[in-house]
Amino acid sequence: MGGPLLELVGLSTHYVSARGTRVTRAVEDVSLTLEAGQTLGIVGESGSGKTTLALSILRLLPPGARIVSGQLRFDGEDLLTKSPREMRHIRGKRIAMILQDPMASLNPLFTIGDQVSEPIRVHEHASRRSAWDRARNLLKSVRIAAPERRVREYPHEMSGGMRQRVVGAIAISCEPRLLIADEPTTSLDVTIQAQYLKLLRDLQREHGLALIFITHNLGIVARMCDTVAVMYAGRIVESGPVRQIFDAPAHPYTRALLESIPRLTEVDARLTAIDGQPPDPAALPEGCAFHPRCLKALDRCRVQAPPRFSVGAQHTAACWLSEGAPLA
Amino acid sequence: MPLLEARNLTKYFPMKRGLFGGDAGAVRAVDDISFAIEPGQTLGVVGESGCGKTTTAKLILRLETPTAGEIRFDGRVLAELDGGALRAYRRSVQAVFQDPFASLDPRMRVGEIIAEPLVTNERLPKEAVQKRIGHLLDVVGLPSRSASLFPHEFSGGQRQRIAIARALALSPRIVVLDEPVSALDVSIRAQILNLLRDLQRELGLAYLFIAHDLAAVAHMSHVIAVMYLGKIVEIGEARSIAQDPRHPYTKALFSAALPSHPDERREEIILPGEVPSPVNPPAGCRFHPRCPSVMDRCHTDIPGLEASNGRRVACHLYPAGS
Repeated sequence: MGGPLLELVGLSTHYVSARGTRVTRAVEDVSLTLEAGQTLGIVGESGSGKTTLALSILRLLPPGARIVSGQLRFDGEDLLTKSPREMRHIRGKRIAMILQDPMASLNPLFTIGDQVSEPIRVHEHASRRSAWDRARNLLKSVRIAAPERRVREYPHEMSGGMRQRVVGAIAISCEPRLLIADEPTTSLDVTIQAQYLKLLRDLQREHGLALIFITHNLGIVARMCDTVAVMYAGRIVESGPVRQIFDAPAHPYTRALLESIPRLTEVDARLTAIDGQPPDPAALPEGCAFHPRCLKALDRCRVQAPPRFSVGAQHTAACWLSEGAPLA
Repeated sequence: MPLLEARNLTKYFPMKRGLFGGDAGAVRAVDDISFAIEPGQTLGVVGESGCGKTTTAKLILRLETPTAGEIRFDGRVLAELDGGALRAYRRSVQAVFQDPFASLDPRMRVGEIIAEPLVTNERLPKEAVQKRIGHLLDVVGLPSRSASLFPHEFSGGQRQRIAIARALALSPRIVVLDEPVSALDVSIRAQILNLLRDLQRELGLAYLFIAHDLAAVAHMSHVIAVMYLGKIVEIGEARSIAQDPRHPYTKALFSAALPSHPDERREEIILPGEVPSPVNPPAGCRFHPRCPSVMDRCHTDIPGLEASNGRRVACHLYPAGS
């Protein structure tokens, strides 16, 4: 089937308080596409809506959160019309997710073998024996030594890096088309992070996976991703091919973020700090949410949120400074 | 003369076995390390979990006492200080920790938090304390009305400014910074790193800067010490270590640092395995089981930290005088 693997059009997810009086626009009017086998980075700070966006794709939102508008298509199917039962067949089988803290995603009471084989038994109705055989192979494919012994161990018997590999093995157990990784290496040491990122890249190549990295770290985007979407206060403020965004960022927020990061290659340069702090998602400023921190804010930025302009091939920016470019 | 010097500093944590506390060996958290911090300069310490960097900070803060070796401050041996000299040392050495949500008492007003070290250490009249609080808030870039607010009314970056103000209250000469920006949002980190650099220049502060973000350490430090399993494996001028690491571990560590641009290609060195337990560290060079350049003698001979081209490296690839 032609078309992108994943397509979001104008997706909005809001949190509504119990009495319906307060609405938090966690994700607002997000459009993006991801082709099969490609890697997309979703970058943002805490409260930018990046995790809510990931949970919206999986339709795993907490109570109180609701997708209020937009479209969500995966592999040509409309995910928003699926029943909870149908979604359960998609999650874990066709779309899998890796979370930040491997200890929280593993059950301390079950063996590694039980947990790696569970999705295979649930989704493919495999026998215990054949599922465990697959589990051993999966552990081998995530480069865990002595998988015959490891399948009988419990999560506490493993290091953080090894646990995160087990989580990776569970994620790929049913050969998903799309893997969403939410800050998967934040709790890992630098050299273990390098091992894990390489592993994810190898798995992607071997299985033709599409990857979404949810991260606050532009370094991960630079190393891993083909395209990137920068989120601020629930909206995508800039998106496009990674190289283009790093070379010619069009949105002042993206530019400021890139300049605020210390680089090993130029250790003496003074960092350009962004004044102020990210806004409270429950009380966003009028107009463009970034305008109170923006050095280039115009009068209209204070009153009118900018649309997305097309500033290059596949490259969009939601900023009035790009006005004149065609609308995306 | 260095402001602070560690000579053969060692800290073992003994382990007990079972109910009757039989001896079960020791965790060799810091094992015979030596370094110096010059006045007004920053020593950055990098290394992964279990390398001993936080224990080193605790030894300097006198939150732990060394098993062997010594720390000298202003030329005087720390273990020999008593009474007034020890109090003076405690005033001269302050700390800022990673999590400003945990390090500030939620029931105290910001003014009280900043004034507490002054009240306990110096008998200043109330007006002088108030004046000093106002000055410290100004130095860290917070409005003076912050003094009457509580910590929860501030964001993470502002709380870290409060923690810095508290650390500066006693006019210290050295501040231990243990992961001071890693709990902060990306757009806030540069604000705090810039503030720390400005304060260093204006007040002549020395820093011991601990962080896992290598680029941030390289940015902040004059000298970098790389630690692995309780040992310093390489120490030298920050820029030359960042741009031309020598020890195979330092090489792997810096090659694992994430790029700042998609075209920035570094030699990719993926180390096998993980850091072994510091309870029973490998014989010989502690890095040898993971080292891509391992030689026979590395299994048995512990390499000394030898001078090599303007820095010191503990590796048999770089014999003394090379």
